[in-house]
Amino acid sequence: MSKPILATTSLAGCFGCHMSILDIDERILELIELVEFNKSPIDDIKKFTKKCDIGLIEGGCCNSENVHVLKDFRENCKILVSLGECAIMGGLPAMRNGIPIKECLEEAYLNGPTVVGNTTGIIPNDPELPMLLDKVYPCHEVVKIDYHLPGCPPRADLIWEALVALVTGDEMKMPYEVIKFD
Amino acid sequence: MGQKITIEPVTRVEGHGKVTIHLDNEGNIAQTRLHIVEFRGFERFVQGRPYWEAPVLVQRLCGICPVSHHLAAAKALDVIVGAGTGDGLTPTGEKMRRLMHYGQFFQSHTLHFFHLAAPDLLFGIDGDPLKRNIIGIALENKELAVQGVMMRKYGQEVIRATAGKKIHGTGAIPGGINKHLSEEDKEYLLNGDDPINIAKMIDWSQAALEFFHDYHKKNKDIIDEFIDFPSSYLSLVRKDGALDIYHGVLRAVDPEGKKILHDVDYQEYYKYIDEEVRSWSYMKFPYLKEIGTKTGWYSVGPLARLNTADFIDTPLAQKEFEKFKAYNNGKPSNKPMHYHWARLIEILHAAEKMKELLNDPDLLEGELVIKGNKSYEGVGLLEAPRGTLFHHYKINDNDQIEMANLIVSTTNNNQPMNEAVNQVATKMMTGKQKITEGMMNAVEVAIRAYDPCLSCATHALGQMPLEITLLDQNNKVIDNKTSV
Ligand code: SF4
Repeated sequence: MSKPILATTSLAGCFGCHMSILDIDERILELIELVEFNKSPIDDIKKFTKKCDIGLIEGGCCNSENVHVLKDFRENCKILVSLGECAIMGGLPAMRNGIPIKECLEEAYLNGPTVVGNTTGIIPNDPELPMLLDKVYPCHEVVKIDYHLPGCPPRADLIWEALVALVTGDEMKMPYEVIKFD
Repeated sequence: MGQKITIEPVTRVEGHGKVTIHLDNEGNIAQTRLHIVEFRGFERFVQGRPYWEAPVLVQRLCGICPVSHHLAAAKALDVIVGAGTGDGLTPTGEKMRRLMHYGQFFQSHTLHFFHLAAPDLLFGIDGDPLKRNIIGIALENKELAVQGVMMRKYGQEVIRATAGKKIHGTGAIPGGINKHLSEEDKEYLLNGDDPINIAKMIDWSQAALEFFHDYHKKNKDIIDEFIDFPSSYLSLVRKDGALDIYHGVLRAVDPEGKKILHDVDYQEYYKYIDEEVRSWSYMKFPYLKEIGTKTGWYSVGPLARLNTADFIDTPLAQKEFEKFKAYNNGKPSNKPMHYHWARLIEILHAAEKMKELLNDPDLLEGELVIKGNKSYEGVGLLEAPRGTLFHHYKINDNDQIEMANLIVSTTNNNQPMNEAVNQVATKMMTGKQKITEGMMNAVEVAIRAYDPCLSCATHALGQMPLEITLLDQNNKVIDNKTSV
């Protein structure tokens, strides 16, 4: 039987959730035996080369590109998992949601103490840059998400248990201590 | 779907980092750009939050080196709560933070070397991209993969023991630290079962350097000749000129080693540094004010630190530092691939420092926190694994943050990375109408030397999805390629 195929991505996240995947430590060598990796920053495959069984999503959507990537994941993965607080509810980046994006840009590029030289008032706007969304959106508001793994980041043990359960079809152990956000 | 999202249709592939190359009439390179395409707005949305939240909030900009943000914010808040500017803490407070920071260096640098750089070295710059990764290493050379995984684990365990949690911990608080090191963790980290003990970590750090020296001897074309351009270098150094990643003064040297920023107090960093905004990238371009935007840019990170520091205060790393200096005739190395070399020397230094600290009784007992007279503004600065990190906060009478300014390490390397891309592209693509896989990899290898943690300014684990577009003089796309 061929191995289940795993893909991962980081949208508007901090990469901490991916670091938590690596925190399964020596089990990463077991994981390599258990699943085949496809598109993922961990392995450097940057485009889907085949349909996948499991997709892990870190981060919510803060720009048009995030949305594009998330939809691409939905299309290519049978099961999608929101990994961590940012994917589940926007997380820290969603703190900008109550504030007009214009104010955020002005603070960063016009008002700070080290943009004194920006006398012509440049704010990045090149066509090469993706569109910022009005808000940061949790993944399940953009596509259907099958499972949520809480935590910021979710603990390595929780990620490991969940992957093993998804791969083997066995019921997942969920002791009280692992079901918390931080 | 509950809410309406207004989105432009996106046809281009995922790309946090993107390179564009413009050609002139003769087919020569007219311009190259490394675009950074993410924006967060942190400076604005943190306003109004209570100041003591900063160390736990800001670290969520970057899960690869959260400790650096955690500590830089805490150092800025030390100033605000009147606990001095970096050297006013209790011995326990300062040493616990230092141990956390060396643990962070150790894990972040090993992550970069084994997971990101080693694959290029083992499989070659134009090796099979499907193999050029840690999984490829695990299948090819299991021992090396195990070393990489376990060294990173050790660093993460040090962070857990000092910050309470491997990622996004809570150890540092304004004016100090919230706990002691436990006897149990001390014993575990010093003398744990093989390989989790400090002796093994020092051994393996030396072995990694040996691996590099051996590779260097056989591949001078890649390490010495592949990229080479003059740059200035900036970093923190201890007052006596020693390498110090936690506290000190700001120094910058020019490509020849002449000091251009003379060991200044970083509380006034904004007098010396400004950032240029360019329309085509969300990442700003810092420069030394006195010199100006054109040539005032500088590099930061492992290579910059070894280029600015006078010596290293641990014996094994100092020996390696001397070799490094001798190889470069006592001058700064202007070869970005030497970043890898410098990074490995710092891994060894961090291991030696952790050993010193783990044996220090101050970690087990003593006052944790110190407080003095409140002030309304503070700057926290330290050397993150990828380079100098600036945090600057102002608060109001209600203890709310009123202003936040951050210059993250990778932002400091913005211009140097653009220079490196330009050099490699010019060398490999002049007169060519087609992008080859080898060229793509070469551009990536050049960027990767800087270990760009785009997670701070954006995200993506060094291995960024890269899209290269080749345009002719009329901005018509001639070729477009995305790395696999
Ligand atoms: S959930 Fe936490 S660790 Fe994960 S991406 Fe968001 S901030 Fe980072």
